[in-house]
Amino acid sequence: MLKKLRTSDRALMVLFTVFVLATPLLMAPLGAGYPDLMQRFAIYGIFAIGFNILFGLTGYLSFGHAAFLGVGSYSALWMLKLLSINIVPAILFSVVVSGLFALLIGFISLRRSGIYFSILTLAFAQMSYNLAYSVLTPITNGETGLQLDLEDPRILDNASEGGQLASPSLFGLEMGDTAVVPFLGMDLQFNVGFYVSALVLIGMFYLSLRIFRSPFGMILRAVKSNQTRLNYTGFNSRPYTLTAFVISGMYAGLAGALLVCMDPLAGAERMQWTASGEVVLMTIMGGVGTLIGPVLGAGIIKYFENIFSRINDSVIQDWFSALPDGVADVLVAVVSPFLGSGWHISLGLIFMLVVIFLPGGLVEGAGRIMNLITRLTQARKTASHRSDDRPSDDDVSSEKSSPGSVNTRES
Amino acid sequence: MGILEVKGVNKRFGGLLALDDVNLSVQQNTVHAIIGPNGAGKSTLLNCFIGKLVPDSGTVDFNNSSLLGLEPYQINQAGISRVFQTPEVFSELSILENVMIPAFAHRDGAFHLSPFKSLAKETTIREQAEKILQDVGLIDERHHTASAMSRGNKRRLEMAMCLVQKPKLLLLDEPTAGMARADTNNTIDLLKTINEAHEITFVVIEHDMHVVFSLADRISVLSQGHVIVEDHPSNIKGHPKVQEAYLGTTETQ
Repeated sequence: MLKKLRTSDRALMVLFTVFVLATPLLMAPLGAGYPDLMQRFAIYGIFAIGFNILFGLTGYLSFGHAAFLGVGSYSALWMLKLLSINIVPAILFSVVVSGLFALLIGFISLRRSGIYFSILTLAFAQMSYNLAYSVLTPITNGETGLQLDLEDPRILDNASEGGQLASPSLFGLEMGDTAVVPFLGMDLQFNVGFYVSALVLIGMFYLSLRIFRSPFGMILRAVKSNQTRLNYTGFNSRPYTLTAFVISGMYAGLAGALLVCMDPLAGAERMQWTASGEVVLMTIMGGVGTLIGPVLGAGIIKYFENIFSRINDSVIQDWFSALPDGVADVLVAVVSPFLGSGWHISLGLIFMLVVIFLPGGLVEGAGRIMNLITRLTQARKTASHRSDDRPSDDDVSSEKSSPGSVNTRES
Repeated sequence: MGILEVKGVNKRFGGLLALDDVNLSVQQNTVHAIIGPNGAGKSTLLNCFIGKLVPDSGTVDFNNSSLLGLEPYQINQAGISRVFQTPEVFSELSILENVMIPAFAHRDGAFHLSPFKSLAKETTIREQAEKILQDVGLIDERHHTASAMSRGNKRRLEMAMCLVQKPKLLLLDEPTAGMARADTNNTIDLLKTINEAHEITFVVIEHDMHVVFSLADRISVLSQGHVIVEDHPSNIKGHPKVQEAYLGTTETQ
């Protein structure tokens, strides 16, 4: 049983890697194959994976995770300004800073659980947001937002170019560089920034898989199940929840740093409560406490935000142009409030449908479909056996270990 | 000296003196029952042992060191496990995981950070847990989640969770509450086997006299926050003070 789990994890890891690396190919037909959006898929995937380590495993719902995203962004940008345009020190520094920040906020907030914990984290995040606009303007540059400047000291690599702003790079590979490859009438865009984010995403996914399958992960699940019982079982649950909080804060900081590496601009609105709410939506939409769910949720929400919001009335009119004028006008009037600037309405509707009919998120939906398929194929198999009248041993054992049934029990 | 020594414990809730100068000495490897009518203070006393309540005065010593002011997890780490009145398990986790968690607490202490170790490689812990599950008869359903278990089986699981930690003292709060007679007898047998096989001291709080008299080596009778008698079971049944506590004063004397 446990050995089988390990091999299925390996399969999951391989599938995940292949899918992530093939994003430019997969997303091009959906109109989402441009670098900026694909970078967002990967980066918000990291953010949601980290959030899920806290919310999915321990059940503590933080409503202030955007604060860590913001802190990560600011610290990364300061590194790019002060030290070097290379993104490695920027990323490392921002992970450390956001980890320390999470340690402080977690230490205080985790004294309470449930709704009080959520409110405390929300309060801290809003405090950070307002501080960034007021007292901390020397660090955050207030409403303008922090950005690269020609007068940046950049101790390590200042000597290079003159009169032009440098763009963040990984040992010379600039994040903005894109190779465009024509393929079946589409332009596939292979972007350095996306592949850096994608590799980090794959690494972070592996890390979260390891955490899920470790004794530490099991104890975090026990916190969610019955924290009082865990304390009577001899565990001091507080340091466990704090560790989970710090890990997920570091994930958020990493995501914030990557955002800045792709587009060197950090604004305070990144820390607003709507951003904290967004990662909650992503995780719930994909499937709380599942491995792959948060990445799915992040992808879908970012897709909506960037693609649906661009469908304006003239695009919709194009869709229905073949129809008679009266019918087309009615259809456009019905459809347009849900697209374009109204994309939030469709997102909200989808979110409601998921929560009501698939409380386990999209992963639960996928599991149900898998189940249905295995049941149908099994029914066909038994039917053919009945006509055959001699069932072989092979099929009995394969029935017992069908991947669909194992997966549903796991999730 | 007993393994658990309670001296002069008082606990007051507002105007109610819940525990009034309670003295108790539990000897090693015995089954010590605490009985008494409703509201006598049995649960309050138990809560003073496990760190849920702190007595107003008096001492509670376990193996010659005080338990007062310790957190529940520290008391567990000192070697005291507890079975709850309504079975408390990790419902969303599998039965095997339910037993592995206390095994980890016993081996690694109250906090041990190993986020990247593989659970699948913890074979010793798993074998320990499986052996205990074999003992309590839950080995076949070890991969099921605990939420679907019957109450009797949850009780068995709780016993397994305690036993895997090899506690020195096991506190049982009404272990047969709400059980059918057959389940009760099974539980008595289970407790007897455990007591003999593992050399664990038991403190049992119980309403059911059948359970008390078939298990206990020694009985303390609590009434209105005070220990009125402490004696062998054979001397308890006919004791006038005990009858008075349970039935009220008889006027025909």
